[in-house]
This record gives sequence, C-alpha cells and structure tokens, in this order.
Amino acid sequence: MFLRTALLVLKKDVSVEVKSLEIVFTTLFFAISCVLIFSFALVGPDGEAIDKAMVPSAILWIAVAFAGVLGLGRAFERERYGETLKALLLAPAPRPAIYVGKLLGILLLLFMTELVLVPTIAFVFDAPLFDRVLLLAGLLVAGNIGFAAVGTLFAAMLVRSGSREIMLPILLYPITIPVLIAGVRGTSALLSADPSVPAATMWLSVLLSFDVVFVTLALWTFEPLMTE
Amino acid sequence: MRKAFLPLLVLTGAMFAYAPVMIAGAPYESTMLLVQKIFYFHVPSWFAMFTGVFVAGLAGVWFLARTDERGDRVAVSASEIALMFGAMGLTSGPIWAKRAWGVAWQWDAKLTIALLLELIFVAYLLLRKYGGAGSEKLAAAVALFGMAVVPFVYYAVNIWRTIHPSNSVVPSLEPGMFGPFWFCVMTFMLFFLVLLALRVRVERLRTDLDELYRAEES
Repeated sequence: MFLRTALLVLKKDVSVEVKSLEIVFTTLFFAISCVLIFSFALVGPDGEAIDKAMVPSAILWIAVAFAGVLGLGRAFERERYGETLKALLLAPAPRPAIYVGKLLGILLLLFMTELVLVPTIAFVFDAPLFDRVLLLAGLLVAGNIGFAAVGTLFAAMLVRSGSREIMLPILLYPITIPVLIAGVRGTSALLSADPSVPAATMWLSVLLSFDVVFVTLALWTFEPLMTE
Repeated sequence: MRKAFLPLLVLTGAMFAYAPVMIAGAPYESTMLLVQKIFYFHVPSWFAMFTGVFVAGLAGVWFLARTDERGDRVAVSASEIALMFGAMGLTSGPIWAKRAWGVAWQWDAKLTIALLLELIFVAYLLLRKYGGAGSEKLAAAVALFGMAVVPFVYYAVNIWRTIHPSNSVVPSLEPGMFGPFWFCVMTFMLFFLVLLALRVRVERLRTDLDELYRAEES
C-alpha cells in the first residue's frame, strides 16, 4: 500500500511534468546560470581557481546576487498579494517615478543586508575589507544599482506571471554578469597582497557606466512594459 | 517580401550547393591545414547570430515603442534563429579549439559573449513559453537588454586575457581565402533571411489562428 501510493504520486507528477517540461527546463537553466555565476566569481580566465586572497570578494558578490533575487521576489510578492501594484499604476503619477521608488526600496534593502554581510565576511575570512572602505562602498553601491535596476524592472513585469520565482534569476543572472565580474574583480583588487587602487577605480567606472546605460533603458522601458 | 521569397530561396540553395566547391578550392592555412576550414562555417554562423540578436533587439524596441504586433513576430522569429546559429557556432568553435588551442573551452571575451547571448536567448524563449500572459513585452525588454549588455561583457572579459583569434584575422586573410570566406558569409546571411521570412509567416499564421479561435469562442 505504501509503495503503491508512492508510485501513484510519482506517476501523477511525471505525467503532469511531461506535458510541459516546465520544471525540467527552468530548473536546468537555473543550474546553468549558477555555473556561470560561480565560474565568473571563482575561476580566472585561464581556467585556474582564483587566488586565496580573492575568495572573500567572490563569496561577497555571490551572496549579494542570491540575496538580491530573493529580496526582489519578496518585495513584489507583497505587492501581488494586495494587488497594490495595479493600484500604484492606476494612480495619476508618472510611471518612471513609481519605478524609481521601487528601485530605491530594493537598494535600501540590499544596503541593509550588506551592512551586516560585509563585516561578517571580513570576520570569518580575516579579510582586510575595511582598509579602503570608501572604494569598497562605491563598488557595492554601483554594483547594487546595476543589479537592482534590471531586477526591479523584471520583477515588476513578472508579478503577473505564474513562474516568477524561477524566471527572475534565469532572466537576471545572464544580463547582470558584467556587474558580477566588475564587482568581484574590483573588490579582489583591494584584497590582494599588493592592493591596487587604480584597478579598483577602473572596475568602479565599468560599474558606473553599466548603471547609466541600464537605468536609462529601464526608465524608458518601464512605461510601455507596464501598460496593459 | 512574398514575391522576393522564391528567388531568394533558389539563390540561397544554389550558393549552399556551390559553397563546398569554393571552400575546397581555397588554399590551406600554413599551420592549421585542414582544421582551419571550419572557419568558413564557424565565422559566418556568428555573423548570422549577431544579426539575429540585433534584429531581435531592435524589433523589441519597435514593439515596445509602437505596440505593433509585427515587431513582436519579428523579434520572436529572429531570437529563435539567433539561438540556432549560436548553437552552430558553439558546436563548431570547440571542435576547432580542441585542435588549435588544445582545450575546447576558455573564458575568453568572445566565447563568453557567445555563451551569454545564447543563454539570454534561451531565457527569452523560456519566458515566452512559460511566462504566461503579458510575457511578450518583458521578452522584448530582455532582447533589448541582451543586446545592450554585449559591449560590457566584451570590455570586462577583455581586461582579463584573450586568446581567441582577433578580429584582425579577417582583413589579413590570404588572398585565396578572401573570396570563399565572404561567399560563405553571404550564403549564411541569405539563409538567415530565408529562415526569418518563413518563421515570421508561421508566427503570423499562428496569431491569426489564435484570434479566429478566440472569436469563435466568444
């Protein structure tokens, strides 16, 4: 009886999934996005693992990317429960202002997370993260803006979709890979045995130009995207 | 377009049939010999893929700015075709790389962009398939953002190190390789157009059918 029930449940699940293969494809694709994230954070271009001194920066940015997706999902899940996003969009207010408001909220959330995350990583890895704290803060702020600018737009659009939890990372990770590369390399430049401020500043400027392009694009696309 | 389609199809077919003759007649590269011939297939696939990516991105902009259904049809068609040509490039590249570099994969700027674009367009199609109502608009934004991310990835990865043959390979080709190479590029571009025309037509028929079905129901 026990085994028969188990097999029946399995049969039901398989026959439902085989029809659309939705879970198979989206999970597989999420796994591949993770390969991408970890490769760019932890592996150098010559295929060798990164220097030990750079591990904290890789861990920090992976944590930001994962926490960011969860935070984005939750922030919009709340809007969905109350149908408040629809109400916001009905208000006689400029659409880009609504987008900027949501974006700032997400950023605040990310900053608060990092306020605890960075000291924790510095502590457990004994990493000199606070030696050049202003540059590190600049990298984190610029990186978060880039990540959240794309993420807010996508999460807002996915509110109506049934498969939003898995679609968000799938769409967001490949597009925000430059943020991850620049963030990890910039932070690593500050952590290596021979810290390089010019390298960190260079990566910071990559992040800032990414922010300018993607915030502009998101502001422009939010209006047509959110119109029914 | 409909009138031009048949001549286009015939021309593309003829060029495909003649391409092996051109490639066989091209001189051998001095160090890579026969392995280098994959170049006539590999580089044109990338030309076609990038055309697909830009067509999809621009059609997405057209769709978002004008809410024109035709923009969406072109965008979804171009994305699928870009994905197909990308898969061809991602298959032929490592075969060549295994012989020329000794390894099949490297995290180099061009390879990374290729892989990322391929993934972005897989995500695009997953979104269209499983995203539910309204996902075609978000898909247009994904195509646009995918197009916009290319220079950043290129710049970011290039600072690491790059071992892919640089773009200066093409202008420096031996005179005998020049003709076959551009012939193959032209052939692939025409093939791209044929596929795009067919796919857009299928998409139009599909949306028409959906509309008829909905009209019948109501």
